[in-house]
Amino acid sequence: MAFTNEQLERYSRHIILKEVGAKGQKKLLNAKVLIIGAGGLGAPVAMYLAAAGIGTIGIADADEVDLSNLQRQIIHATKDVGKPKVQSAKETMEAMNPDVKVVTYHTFVTSENIMDLIKDYDFIIDGTDNFPAKFLINDACVMAKKPFSHAGIIRFQGQLMTYVPGEGPCYRCVFKNPPPKDAVPTCKQAGVIGAMGGVIGSLQAMEAIKYILGKGQLLTGYLLTYDALKMEFRKVKLPSDTHNCAVCGDHPTITELIDYEQAECDGVHL
Amino acid sequence: MTITVAGNKKEVADNLTVAQLIADENVETPQYVTVTINDDFVQSGTFEETVLKDGDVVEFLYFMGGGQ
Ligand SMILES: [Zn+2]
Repeated sequence: MAFTNEQLERYSRHIILKEVGAKGQKKLLNAKVLIIGAGGLGAPVAMYLAAAGIGTIGIADADEVDLSNLQRQIIHATKDVGKPKVQSAKETMEAMNPDVKVVTYHTFVTSENIMDLIKDYDFIIDGTDNFPAKFLINDACVMAKKPFSHAGIIRFQGQLMTYVPGEGPCYRCVFKNPPPKDAVPTCKQAGVIGAMGGVIGSLQAMEAIKYILGKGQLLTGYLLTYDALKMEFRKVKLPSDTHNCAVCGDHPTITELIDYEQAECDGVHL
Repeated sequence: MTITVAGNKKEVADNLTVAQLIADENVETPQYVTVTINDDFVQSGTFEETVLKDGDVVEFLYFMGGGQ
């Protein structure tokens, strides 16, 4: 596949980088990334991946755009209120870059459909806002041997980590089980500063791009935490002992996917 | 003795337990925090009997559920 003149110009700032080059840009154009959740995190991830020329971007979300989303979900505009988020996200991405094929999944992600959803993708982005979904994505990615980026944002804080099969702990190594419903505040209850999705989501996009390029060090084995009020990033080393993990350990006790009960306040949100 | 908590060195009483440190640090939702000492997980349910030693490096890892 040769680049068109338009592509050479569009991706010139990538191609000039020795870590990318024409070869790397081709890898990006051939890559498939699935973003679960088209919200505060998923919006900037989708936009940066589309701009970067990720050839196939899947996006899954069951929600419609709500006015209260627009404070942070920058992929949607005022005119999109009421529209399925995946549709609005697709329109924005396609307007940004015609090289990108966007595949939409206007559905909840559950134990029934997640294995099917992730199987054709090279890298998965967890842009969800609730623990049942985060554990489901983790367990499914461990079982299907798929790399993924976990992230969470609340108030003025964010965190992320990257899972690559065989290269460090999974989310469940660190957090054994979801907290009970409503035990830990979510961003709907507690609020979140809109730009937090931009900071953390952009880092998730960066991890996906580095993974596809095969360059640099991924955030495997570390949890990156960001405190915006203190303006402090910390890269916290995670224990490397994964032997006892219930899903990625030597003798997994979780061998089937689990649909945990959602906090009521999370409603239908993915 | 001196320990490092979330990247900050601090003086604490000898034989401080993880449970006492959690209380001193005003950890939010302490029953759901993951604790590591020197890059090893502290088993949940053992915070009361886990005694810290001079030089220990302690991290608190919090559930962060938002994203949408
Ligand atoms: Zn694990």
